[in-house]
Amino acid sequence: MDFGLSDDQRDIQRTARDLLAERARPERVREHAEARTVDQALWRELSELGWPGIAVAEDHGGQGLGRIELSILCEELGRSLAPVPFLPSVMAATLIEHAGSPEQRDRWLPALAAGDATGALGVAVDGTAELVIGAVEAGVIVLVEDDRTARLLGADEAEVTPVASIDPTRSTARVGAIADGGEPLTGDVSAGIDRSLVAVSSELVGVCDRALEMTVAYVKERKQFGVPVGAYQAVSHRCAQMLLETEKARATAAFAAWTADAEPDRLPEASAMAKAAASDAAREVTASAIQAHGGIGFTWEADVHWLYKRAQLDAALLGGAKRHRAQLAVILAEQLQASATA
Amino acid sequence: MDLTFSPKETAFRDELRAWLADNPPDPEPTDGGEDAHYAWRRDWQRRLYDAGWAAPSWPTEYGGRGATPSESAIYFEEIGRARVPLAANTLGLLLGGPTLMVWGTDEQKERYLAPILSGEEIWCQGFSEPDAGSDLASLKTRAVRDPAHPDEWVVTGQKVWTSGAQYSKWCMLVARTDQEAAKHKGLTYFLMDMEQDAVQIRPLRQITGEAEFNELFIEEARIPDANVVGGVGNGWKVALTTLMNERAGLGFALQIRLRQLLDDLIAAAAERGLLENGGAGSYSDALAELHVRCESIRLLAWKGLTDAERYGQPGPEGSLVKWLWSDTNQRLTELAAEIIGPEALTMGTSWSYELLRARGNTIEGGTTEVLKNIVAERVLGLPRLKVAV
Repeated sequence: MDFGLSDDQRDIQRTARDLLAERARPERVREHAEARTVDQALWRELSELGWPGIAVAEDHGGQGLGRIELSILCEELGRSLAPVPFLPSVMAATLIEHAGSPEQRDRWLPALAAGDATGALGVAVDGTAELVIGAVEAGVIVLVEDDRTARLLGADEAEVTPVASIDPTRSTARVGAIADGGEPLTGDVSAGIDRSLVAVSSELVGVCDRALEMTVAYVKERKQFGVPVGAYQAVSHRCAQMLLETEKARATAAFAAWTADAEPDRLPEASAMAKAAASDAAREVTASAIQAHGGIGFTWEADVHWLYKRAQLDAALLGGAKRHRAQLAVILAEQLQASATA
Repeated sequence: MDLTFSPKETAFRDELRAWLADNPPDPEPTDGGEDAHYAWRRDWQRRLYDAGWAAPSWPTEYGGRGATPSESAIYFEEIGRARVPLAANTLGLLLGGPTLMVWGTDEQKERYLAPILSGEEIWCQGFSEPDAGSDLASLKTRAVRDPAHPDEWVVTGQKVWTSGAQYSKWCMLVARTDQEAAKHKGLTYFLMDMEQDAVQIRPLRQITGEAEFNELFIEEARIPDANVVGGVGNGWKVALTTLMNERAGLGFALQIRLRQLLDDLIAAAAERGLLENGGAGSYSDALAELHVRCESIRLLAWKGLTDAERYGQPGPEGSLVKWLWSDTNQRLTELAAEIIGPEALTMGTSWSYELLRARGNTIEGGTTEVLKNIVAERVLGLPRLKVAV
């Protein structure tokens, strides 16, 4: 057993962190968030580096690497809150790759892998999906209904109404298909959805990690009653709790990313666990970050609120923690049934 | 990243699993009290010993199998999975032996290791005192050289939470040998012979009603100089070796035990129709949350172990795993009281025992409060609050 990253994976992680520390500084993220704009220059740069296609097959112009490599990038982008449509784009590509026809894959995957087009994934009720991340700028949108039927919409086949979500580091929109617009995705969407859950969970791990890092730095600096507030156990134990939640989310997300490539039979369970753990962790850790920052944490300037807002949106994305625990309960009941009949 | 066992680890697991299937212990005695129960476990250790399974992690030169940390973890997982007891001499095998291997003299290793392994001599641990719990280094039991016999120490004091004392031949005893030195520096680690009148054992009745632990009253007990481990004044370092072994080995057995309790609870919930309605059953959410926690514990425990094995650096997982495990076991047993109903609140049932016993989990082996301090100070690097003394 080895939970460590390979040398190549470590390189990817280090390169990504260094690049984003430089290109997605807090002040730049804030600038784009306040203007509600995508950082197009950064997106072009990431595209030239091949990021959007990291897990897309080489036949379709991608790098053909695995879900672990994709998770590494998601985590780093989550840490930095870079205002680029990476997550929605890779989720759309994943759905098309696993549920699309050969023609649909040929048509969209090379463009998505190259970053020439971006994508979005929405969960629709009666044809309309709310708060679809990245839909405003997307060239292709996948809409999945609750019954797991799915439609693939080109930008001109979708009705996209921008909505200002609480997280302005990314665009969000209400999306519906225009009459008879788009075409069905005929394959089983489960594999793509489960892999998308892993990508979101990894992004949330990055959000947790950054929130904890900012909080620890702050409580070491900030003094009240003559001592750093981090010396008080009410504060330091809160930070310890933040680490516990972060490590739980990290372990389950890593496990899920690994199963996606190595033991796909366990992916439905692993991805539900990862999304449940990461959603809860991120909401709790980012809320704790605001609390531990005190009054400053409640100000627009302090930047921790962007993490809280990202956590709220991602936690709801593709279903919240309770929904995934309900899914897990079904899986547990099935496992029990199977072991009883075995 | 590769979360599968190596062929060597798989072979180790399969061999042990097959042996356990072919060699089950006798049925657990239903009467005869704790003594009968202990005799049963001692007999079980003898069988493990005869087959070379008493302590696989011990080096082959001392009668073990030289198992790697991962194999040792597999050992505890399999013992747990087979629902067989741990070998009776748990503290000797997990703590005493490994501590001697690091700090003991050749004579000590020669004298003590073999009877630990066979279960012939049982060991107990004399660390905690009534006034020295989390602040272990403040312990007061004192050992002074006998002026008449300078190669002998005379020990007086009181120890608490000593499990298995009534069955033990040897006690790993930490006592203060230098009253003047700073509190961590004046300590010495001894092996004390329990078979002397100067050591009185009083059972300590716990909230489950039974007495798993004891108090030791030590009144001028004698310990020969040859039974000092690791040198006079070096007791704190030696004790830390013991405490680190305590956290590493047992964790995997406890983690599997938690998993089994959860499986039992899920089965009980299903039997009562509480898992129906496609995950919308009233207890589905809580059970699924426990499942996520159990899996997190398993993953974090393995991550901590294998990171240390491969990269020589344990991460923060050790303290996190113990904290998460103890908290989860408490939640699980409280949920069981709801799902199982009156039976779980009736004395003498296994669920009521688990419920009450779980309250000790967040205290023993490092309280959750101390673990949080460790995480905050040593993992996150937060400043330490200066306490007024």
